[in-house]
Amino acid sequence: MRNMTLIDAIREAMDEELARDERVFITGEDVGQRGGVFRATLGLFDKYGPTRIIDSPLAELSIVAIGIGAAMADLRPICEIQFADFIHPAMNQIMNEAAKMYYRSNGTWNVPMTIRAPYGGGIGGALYHSQSLEAYFTHCPGLKVVIPSTPHDAKGLLKSAVRDPNPVLYFEPKKGYRAIKGDVPDGEYTVEIGPVNVTHAGTDVTVYAYGMMAHYCLQAADMVKQQGGISTEVVDVRTLLPVDREGILNSFKKTGKALIVYEDNFTMGYGAEIAAVLADDGFEYMDGPIRRLAGPDVPGVPFSHPVQEEFMPSPQKIADAIRDLAAY
Amino acid sequence: MTNHAPADITAFVTASGTRPSDSLSADTLCDMYWMMLLSRRLDERAWILHRQGRIAFHISGMGHEACQVGAGFAINRGVDYVHPYYRDLALVLTVGFTPEGFMLSLLGKAGEPSSGGRQMPSHFSAKWLNILSHSSPVATQVPQAAGLAFAIQYKIAHGLQDPQDDTQPRLALTCLGEGSTSQGEWHEGMNWAGVHKLPFICLVQNNIYAISVPMERQMAVSDVADRAAAYGVEGLVVDGNDILACYDVMAYARDKAYAGDGATLIEAKTYRPVPHSSDDDDRSYRTRDEVEQWKKKDPISRFQKVLLEREVLTQNAINDLEAKAKSVVDTAQRAAEDAPYPEVEPNLDPRSVYAPN
Amino acid sequence: MPTNVIMPQLGESVVEGTVTRWLHQVGDAVREYEPLLEVSTDKVDTEVPAPAEGVLLQVYVQEGQTVQAGVLLAVIGKPGEVPSGAESGGGASHTIHAPQPVMETAIAATVALHTNGGKAESHDTMRISPVVARMAAEHQLDLTQIKGTGTGGRVTKKDVEAYLQNRTSSSTTDLPPWEQPGSGDLFKPTGEFKPQAKLGVVTPPPVAPMPSTPPRAIPAEAIPQGVPGELVALSNMRRAIADHMVRSKLHTSPHVTTVFEIDMSAVMAHREAHKAEFAKSGVNLTLTAYFLAAMVDACRVMPIINSQWTDEGIYLHHIVNIGMAVAIDDGLIVPVIKNAGEYNLMGLARQANDLANRARNKQLKPDDIQGGTITITNHGVSGSLFATPIINQPQAAIFGVGIIEKRVKVINDAIAIRPCCYASLTFDHRIADGATGDGWMMTVKQRLENWL
Repeated sequence: MRNMTLIDAIREAMDEELARDERVFITGEDVGQRGGVFRATLGLFDKYGPTRIIDSPLAELSIVAIGIGAAMADLRPICEIQFADFIHPAMNQIMNEAAKMYYRSNGTWNVPMTIRAPYGGGIGGALYHSQSLEAYFTHCPGLKVVIPSTPHDAKGLLKSAVRDPNPVLYFEPKKGYRAIKGDVPDGEYTVEIGPVNVTHAGTDVTVYAYGMMAHYCLQAADMVKQQGGISTEVVDVRTLLPVDREGILNSFKKTGKALIVYEDNFTMGYGAEIAAVLADDGFEYMDGPIRRLAGPDVPGVPFSHPVQEEFMPSPQKIADAIRDLAAY
Repeated sequence: MTNHAPADITAFVTASGTRPSDSLSADTLCDMYWMMLLSRRLDERAWILHRQGRIAFHISGMGHEACQVGAGFAINRGVDYVHPYYRDLALVLTVGFTPEGFMLSLLGKAGEPSSGGRQMPSHFSAKWLNILSHSSPVATQVPQAAGLAFAIQYKIAHGLQDPQDDTQPRLALTCLGEGSTSQGEWHEGMNWAGVHKLPFICLVQNNIYAISVPMERQMAVSDVADRAAAYGVEGLVVDGNDILACYDVMAYARDKAYAGDGATLIEAKTYRPVPHSSDDDDRSYRTRDEVEQWKKKDPISRFQKVLLEREVLTQNAINDLEAKAKSVVDTAQRAAEDAPYPEVEPNLDPRSVYAPN
Repeated sequence: MPTNVIMPQLGESVVEGTVTRWLHQVGDAVREYEPLLEVSTDKVDTEVPAPAEGVLLQVYVQEGQTVQAGVLLAVIGKPGEVPSGAESGGGASHTIHAPQPVMETAIAATVALHTNGGKAESHDTMRISPVVARMAAEHQLDLTQIKGTGTGGRVTKKDVEAYLQNRTSSSTTDLPPWEQPGSGDLFKPTGEFKPQAKLGVVTPPPVAPMPSTPPRAIPAEAIPQGVPGELVALSNMRRAIADHMVRSKLHTSPHVTTVFEIDMSAVMAHREAHKAEFAKSGVNLTLTAYFLAAMVDACRVMPIINSQWTDEGIYLHHIVNIGMAVAIDDGLIVPVIKNAGEYNLMGLARQANDLANRARNKQLKPDDIQGGTITITNHGVSGSLFATPIINQPQAAIFGVGIIEKRVKVINDAIAIRPCCYASLTFDHRIADGATGDGWMMTVKQRLENWL
């Protein structure tokens, strides 16, 4: 067992997959000698060479489209989009092509590719280096959408993504690249794409979150325990698509109260689907309103520091919302 | 309306002064003629079925048979990757797609080979023939085809594929119309092909109109092939209604791709003598006179004349092929009409969108 | 599970289609892929094959109606199966969900709280969460007995759990019935002790959307309260008749009626003389045949009556297709004698008999009720003296015949007894004026009174 940062776990997953399977290659902007702007691919160029760690032209749709073509020719591309905010030009290739390929070819062609993209705010990145875009993609059947919050899951889920026969969007909470540290087992392991994970057991209120917010929720759970004795269960959603409806519901059956936290814009955010699952399948267990805590409905995230701080859900805001709900 | 009359284009001759098509056997020439004829008759039947109200939609490849069949015969059929577009009926037939498969797609019946009846007709796919699946937004296939070519190059570089092994794909051919070259997707795909010198052939079937918008409203150059220079790719113009000329340039591009000498952009100048699709009325954007001028250059009658002159075919043989085509089309249509519709439930099951782990 | 028949989209941009002809009637067995109906769009006219094998249970869109692609046209299912009319896929269908059992208990619990509590507590105490409602129902709890710790004193799930844990064995559920508290209501209405009457359910059956029907002029009446009665479900035919009548009389054409008395002596004499002869040919010579023949003649003389109103002008029909109103068990149907001018008296009699028989035996084909240009209604068979029937749209006129009875007539200043009837023509006053209608009637009268 080793303690490492989130980004080290991501790099280690790629390193191991590159070593395991010669069909695996990485392409994206500045992934080569530079090692990526966040250093996710640092050292891999030296180890695997320019034919496997490939600097792409500055054109996101081609990064994805080359990946699609290569994947259909039985390679295993890992495509890096430098910031999730830059993924929009590739939208057509992701949603109309990669996502629909298996279905539209009646299950004959499939696209075993991974798209990595750092996402999320709170890092002074302003409108175009802070976006949370998971809801766009979780509305698209055929994609798998994964957001890890711990080094353990980051490594295990990324290895599963590379091996998955479907296109997997792997969003990385960039604020946590170096802030989040955790234990990672020695040796080979993977984390299954699909089930949610209960990271903190409790009985009064369930809090659902993913990425950076999953950490904030753990902090908030401690705060409300110490100040008020409220027992919070934290569910790290981690696989957003396909939706683990059963896993989401299980915790709610215990507590009857749900708070959903995400840093994306409030309206039509991913939390709306969780709320719908609970309202529909969990009606008989409901003991309070299903609440969402999310970013306001303005483009995220404004640059000026105090505005950014107010935009983002924080452990304090989450704790307040938990208390409110517990008292209901 | 500007008149877009056909122009004469000089035939392509290789550096050694030869034409690759000179070495085609009489049997091969007959096969090429047959593919053009079969495609045309199937296409015509599709129009009839639409006008009878028996199918919802047809998008035609009529008039494009020469460049498609010429291209198909130049590659390793069923092995090299083909990432087609919706007009490529003659191309996919040449590669091995069946008339019955086409008819099933018109009717959206069970067993439809491309998509199981999920996509519109003429959205071809056949993994067993290395025909890739394509969508309706245009030019999306181009950067993917560059990805296929990239994979070939990658596999050869990493010893995953023997460059001489002709059971493996050694090039990726993709097709599109001239209008689609306005898309960013086309540029980005061409750019990769140029940067990495990929075994890639982009066949632009320039029929002058993107639905109703003519060439000069699409780009400020008179030849799409001119654009290749910007990507460091060789661009060639060919008479798209002359099947042997099309075969010549394709054979040249193929040899280049197999040898690892990079990508080629081929612009086949052709014409669509029918409306864009079964829903279109082309009288609103072009003159009948123009259409009539182009019909005189019809690729099938032109090739027929050549084959009669060369005594590769006789009039009797041509008549026999006509009868055969009618019979093949009839049989295909009957089979498709007799086929059931696909089951609904499996097609609406969310699990059907994911490949199993 | 019944299968829906949907208006197909016959082309990328085509959004609606008109049902031109049903090739099967309700009750018919149909095979899958067999042509079921004919549809016309602005692009194509085509047959629509049946999507499944079974019996045509219900037809929602009648011939001539234009509806959006995707609208539910009909339902095919097993014999006797009840079409829900709202299987998924129907156009503007409104799904009716059976209430969830939990909802019922939740409501029951809330109601119990209201009636039992009675102590005008703050509004928040009335807010019972679903889980609390379920637990209260499961454990038969009186929620007013539980102290709420939630917002505004709301009883939370935890409160219920705590209550259940602390509850002593003196729970009221263990008491014999005579020791359990009553509901507090004296003299309950005895109706509560009866099983719920079937007729009391007033949810109307789902009705297929009829987009091309103009809005009803008269809003549907509410079901009367406090007046003893029962609700008879509306059959499709009854609804269709109702819609058609409202449309014809209130929305479409101004009706005017002219009445003539006709001396039927000549016809009666002719009929007596030829009845046996017709019977040999297997034809029952009815009086209807004579009226039909007279109508054909009158339409030749006054073609404007055999017409229809269009916005572009009055469309004169070149053939006379006579619709013949036939009363059947559950309503009325109007089969059509096509091209009545082609038939002699025997032909007309044969046609009329055949259509009437098939109407009564429900064996009419969709084509049989199409294309009428004028209608006859013989209300006299029920004893009616004269009537003012409603025009069968889009026709211009309807001819009514009253009872034939012997009347005293003054003929050449002598009193005579003659079989007479009142006959009427109700016509579209936009198309024809009084004199025209009278002219038509006069032709009928003269033809019948001078039958040779």
